[in-house]
Amino acid sequence: MTDKRKVFIQGVRDGVPIGLGYFAVSFSLGILAKNIGLTPLQAAVMSLLNNASAGEYMGLTMIAAGASYWEMAFATLVTNARYLLMSCAMSQRMDPAMGLHHRFFMAFDITDELFGITIARPGYLEPWYMYGAMVPAIPGWMIGTALGTLAGSLLPARVVSAFSVALYGMFIAIFIPPARKDRVIAGLVALAFLSSWAFSWLPMVSALSDGTRTIILTVLLAGGAAALFPRKEEEEAQG
Amino acid sequence: MKIYLYILVMAGVSYLIRALPVTVFRKPIKSRFVRSFLYYVPYATLAVMTFPAILHATQSPLSGAAALAVGLAVAWLGADLFKTAVACCAVVFLLELFI
Repeated sequence: MTDKRKVFIQGVRDGVPIGLGYFAVSFSLGILAKNIGLTPLQAAVMSLLNNASAGEYMGLTMIAAGASYWEMAFATLVTNARYLLMSCAMSQRMDPAMGLHHRFFMAFDITDELFGITIARPGYLEPWYMYGAMVPAIPGWMIGTALGTLAGSLLPARVVSAFSVALYGMFIAIFIPPARKDRVIAGLVALAFLSSWAFSWLPMVSALSDGTRTIILTVLLAGGAAALFPRKEEEEAQG
Repeated sequence: MKIYLYILVMAGVSYLIRALPVTVFRKPIKSRFVRSFLYYVPYATLAVMTFPAILHATQSPLSGAAALAVGLAVAWLGADLFKTAVACCAVVFLLELFI
């Protein structure tokens, strides 16, 4: 088996829990889409082309409010701005010799989860790993949204509840192993938990959207860590 | 029709945000600060998104907290993505039988 095929299959495997989690989460997005008046096909197209939970949620509320296209564009930009940071981080982990077509295809599905699992692997980013993960992830998200529009809440709440923690489980599996090895990352994670919790109830900031709070905290925390604990070249070589 | 135009605007903006950095920054950035910053971004952003959101993802904050504790423990012991995710789901599924 070639390397390309092997990483593709690994990607599919790691993409399965993501696809299942997406299915459950997008189901609730579909219910919202239906209430706003989207057809199952429109909801499916929206999810296929956007692959963004908070972004689509925001988009739906803009449609419901009859916003202008400019307002829609701006709201999408703000809600999805964290993908800009993720894409910057990914750009620095790509083989400079890697073709532009891979960059265009990989960019299509930079989501919290696929970004997380792709960047968690050592060395240069592997496009075929990410494509493999897209195989269950994209249909999971799209079909979940469409079925949510069609069927409302058919899944028992307990099942939705269980599926929706799958995504967080994966996040945990990404930041814990490096935190175990590197005390700076361990401190960063602890501080991230603490500040994120504080931001969820502090006056002023708690009124901001989840997406905006995530961006502000990411910039503050990663910026602080970079200023206080800049990485040395030899550390970077280890990924 | 109007809804499809909305969807296209959303999709266009979402794609540009994702595609511009990876296509524009094709060479390594020299600044040590920027490199370190981008290195720390994933850990900061994933940790921020996990907590306290996991507590509100489930029907009861208790099962969310249990999923978090189990996830942290099994990931610390070396479980991979798939196993950690399944462990978190199983905890919630079982606990919510009783809660």
